[in-house]
Parts: sequence; C-alpha cells; structure tokens
Amino acid sequence: MDTALVELKETLALRRESAILAAEVARGELTVTTTPTQIRDFVAFLRSDPTCRFTTLIDITAVDWPAREKRFDIVYHFLSMHLNQRIRVKAELREDEILPSIVEQFPSADWYEREVFDMYGILFSGHPDLRRILTDYGFRGYPLRKDFPTTGYVEVRYDEEQKRVVYEPVQLVQEYRLFDFMSPWEGAEYILPGDEKKGA
Amino acid sequence: MDGAGTDALTGEQKIRNFNINFGPQHPAAHGVLRLVLELDGEIVERCDPHIGLLHRGTEKLMESRTYLQNLPYLDRLDYVAPMNQEHAWCLAIEKLTGTEVPRRGQLIRVLYSEIGRILNHLLNVTTQAMDVGALTPPLWGFEEREKLMIFYERACGARLHAAYFRPGGVHQDLPQDLVDDIAAWAKTFPAVLDDIEGLLTENRIFKQRNVDIAVVSQEECQALGFSGVMVRGSGLAWDLRRSQPYECYDEFDFLIPVGRNGDCYDRYLCRMEEMRESTKIIEQAIAKLNECPGQDVITRGKITPPKRAEMKTSMEALIHHFKLYTEGFRVPAGEVYAAVEAPKGEFGVYLVADGSNKPWKVKLRAPGYPHLAAMDHVCKGHMLADVSAALGSFDIVFGEVDR
Repeated sequence: MDTALVELKETLALRRESAILAAEVARGELTVTTTPTQIRDFVAFLRSDPTCRFTTLIDITAVDWPAREKRFDIVYHFLSMHLNQRIRVKAELREDEILPSIVEQFPSADWYEREVFDMYGILFSGHPDLRRILTDYGFRGYPLRKDFPTTGYVEVRYDEEQKRVVYEPVQLVQEYRLFDFMSPWEGAEYILPGDEKKGA
Repeated sequence: MDGAGTDALTGEQKIRNFNINFGPQHPAAHGVLRLVLELDGEIVERCDPHIGLLHRGTEKLMESRTYLQNLPYLDRLDYVAPMNQEHAWCLAIEKLTGTEVPRRGQLIRVLYSEIGRILNHLLNVTTQAMDVGALTPPLWGFEEREKLMIFYERACGARLHAAYFRPGGVHQDLPQDLVDDIAAWAKTFPAVLDDIEGLLTENRIFKQRNVDIAVVSQEECQALGFSGVMVRGSGLAWDLRRSQPYECYDEFDFLIPVGRNGDCYDRYLCRMEEMRESTKIIEQAIAKLNECPGQDVITRGKITPPKRAEMKTSMEALIHHFKLYTEGFRVPAGEVYAAVEAPKGEFGVYLVADGSNKPWKVKLRAPGYPHLAAMDHVCKGHMLADVSAALGSFDIVFGEVDR
C-alpha cells in the first residue's frame, strides 16, 4: 500500500510541480499541501488523470489554528475506487480569504462546502447556494472556530405568555467547568487550588 | 356552452408550482428531516432538504473532552448500529498510537460489527417496506432486532449506547454462554430472513413501489460521493471490508452482493443478501473465537486500563488506572483518517491530534450525509409518493447526518 502511495506522490510532484507545496506519506496516508488558488485545477487533475482517478470526494473540512497567521487549514479527502487509493489535499488560508468552490468538479462538494461555511465561516466563490446547513435558522457565529464558546451565546425556551419559542442569552446556573486534567507536574499552566501562596 | 370562450376567468388562470413541506414530523421522514418540495402537479421539480434539526454539536463537544470520554458520542451518531461507529474512532486512535489489538479482541469486534450490520439492515429494510405500505415486516424484523440488542446488552450492559469497543481492543471478554447463544441464533436467523423475503421480494405492491425508482448510475454514485449499499446497488463491488481490509476481515470468507439497476429494489435485495453474508461472518467469527478462549481482549498498555486483579496488588497499576480515567491518555501529534464499512456506507473519522489528552479537531464523515445531499438530484422528476421510497432506500438516520 505504502509503495504505491510513494509512487503516486512522486508522479504528482513531477507532473504538478507548481501546485504542490509539500507532500508526505505518513501512517499509510498521502497528504499533499497546495495553495487555495490552485485547488480547483489540482482537484480537476486528480479527478481526470489516469494515474489518479480520484473520482469520489469523501469529505471536506477545515481545521482552526487561531495562533497561526494563516488561520485555517482546509482539508479534502478523495478516494479512487478504480485504483483503491486515498489522498488528502490540504491548503492553508487566511481568515479573509475566499476559496474557489469545487462543486463543478464534484457535485457532492455542495453540502460539504455549506457545512464548512456554516461551521467556520469560510466563503467559497462559485458555490451555487451557500446557505447555513446544520445550525438553526438565523444562527449567528461560526461554532467550530476555537474562539466560539462550547455553551454558545443563545438558548431557547417555550414562552407560555407569548405562546412561542423565545431566544435568550445563555444563563449558566453554575460556572462552566473546564475539566483540565493535564498532569500538574508537566505542563499545567494554572495554579493548583491550595498552591496560591507558594509563589508569594 | 360549447367553447364560446365567454368565460373571462379561464384566460386569467395561471398554473403555478406548488410548494409543500414534507416533515419534520412525517413518519416517513425517518426522524427530523424537513424537505421543501416544489411540485408540478404530483411531479417533484425541486427537493431541498433542510437538515440540522438534530444537530448537537458533537464535533465541538469532542474538542473539550478526552479521547476516552469521546467514545460514547460515537454511539449517538448512527444509533441503529452503534458499535460500528465506535470502531472507526478506535481505529483512528490505534493508527496514531500504533497499537495492535489482540486477536480475540479483533474477532469480538468483527462479530459485533456484523451484528450491528444486521441490526441496521433489519431496521432499514422493514421500515422501508412500511414507507411503501407494508405493516407486517417491521413487526417481524423488530423481533430479531430485540434478540440482537439483548446480545449487545449481555456483552456491555447497554442495549444501544454500548461504549464497548475501546482503543486497544474491547472492554471485556464475552462469556462463553453468550458466544454459544449467538451461534444458536445465527442458525435460526436465515429462516427468519426467508420469511421476510417471502413477504417482500415478490410482493406486487412492494415491487411496484420500488423497481426503477431512484435509479443512480455508477458514474453518478462516484460523483455524488456515495458509499456502501448505495454503490453496490448500482453494480460497483466496492466494500471497504474487502478492498481496504481493517481488523482481520481479510481472513473471512464472504461475498459482496451487487445490484444491477441501481434502483430502490436492487438496494433492498443487496441488503437482504448482505444480512446472509453477515450471518456467515458471525458463524466464522464464533468458530475462530472458540479457538482462542481466555485470551486477553485488550492490549495492556498506556491507553488501556490495567487488569483488575493487578490493581489489588500493584501500586503502579492503581495509579495508572486513576490517571487513565481522570487525565486520560495522550495521543501523539498528527493527523489520521480511519474509515470502516459501516452498514450505511463509509463511516470515517478524521482526527487531528496535538499531543495532548484531547483531540484538536475531529471530523466525522457520515455516510448518510452525501446520500441525503443527493435527494434533489435523485428525486427530480419522480412522483411525490416516490420521495418516501427513495428516502427509505437511502437509509438515512439523523443522528449521523446532523451530528
């Protein structure tokens, strides 16, 4: 399995030199890094080239790295049923950058891109219908960004007087408990309860 | 009045398309699907599924919990066959940590994955029959499901949300009488399948409602990102258990049923045949299990708890146990994609680890998601009544679509 992937990696590096920033085979998986502007061409190449034939789009998702200057990783997974191979295509992108949509090449990208837009607020140019998909109608914010709190901002309840569901700011009856079980001997960045006076 | 055309109104009348809401509380919507259908008479012109009514933010929640605490969330995705999802999660962690699962653990996983597959197909086949008007099949199918859920319960204590597969193996060994009971059940099950098949396969109404409905070609399957029965029904012999074997599936002897026309009826036939193949796998797994009685079912190491007996005598084991269930284990930094052939198709976990005890990012690739996304493409031009037949054969469960 691995040798075939290494071969594929070398072919890609040779034939699409300009599009590939990095390529590696790790744990039996091939990961190729490219740039947002080249994604559409590169993906079309992967789909049609006889040495690749990645005709099935498995998944599109993003990863948020708030500390990085280019905040998001966009990650595509492709599968070739013909050659029984998988490939992961990644690209880094800034928060304000717009990504080309690949709906034309892969119709199944439609909902995946909507989901990425919904969860991370990444915009896709050329997408026919970029609406929110999983969150509530009229939802605000992008829940899978790291700066979005797990509790969210609004909560809903049925109001007996108004006879409808009302939205209110979240009120926690007890403080949100963050269970940080990292070992205090290595790497905990907070003062353990009872240890407050140690430094003084 | 022979066509004098004096009626001023007839000229004014315009025929416009009719929009209806299908669901979210329609019994054939299989949960909380809301379809906005644009109809021209009874023909569907446009079908816009609104999903997310069961969205619980699983992926967000998983980022603030340890790897082991996250395991039960996987059960709550496709709650029809819970252990198959856990399997993908365990495989992802094992791939990153480089853990080997002991043979008996692998066999138990295979055994319960196949039980899950039968659980799922029984539910799907029979409720699809209900969607098109048959009432008896679900009653018969659920009787068998009940027996299988008792096997779940006897293995792990829960009928649905098992949390039985753990990174490194399975939680506990199976008692021998349970293994024997599953073997006895596997002998009786083909007869039940024959009964259900007798109700449906040549049933006139069932065929009228399913043959040539929601046809997808092989090219469409790939372009739309289908997997599992949805591609096999169209004639592609693609099964991850065979093509990219995980666990010890390569040792097992089973066939991959494929359809020819890619319509609802072929997908039904595939599912029926797959249940028979799963029964064969179950029988083989039991034979193999009986060859290695008493073997450990989980790798003992950093990511798994120590043996109970050891904890009574060894201080280190006790500390290990405590640390494992509070702090959790660490997974080396990296990214990995692990997929299993879940009953509905390819269920994948894309895991990005940052070296701590919590995942940095988890993406759950649910097979039902692209299937449902194809509703518009598939239902266009069909009659309104065919929508529920198509939906039934897509095998949608909202736990996994909405996550």
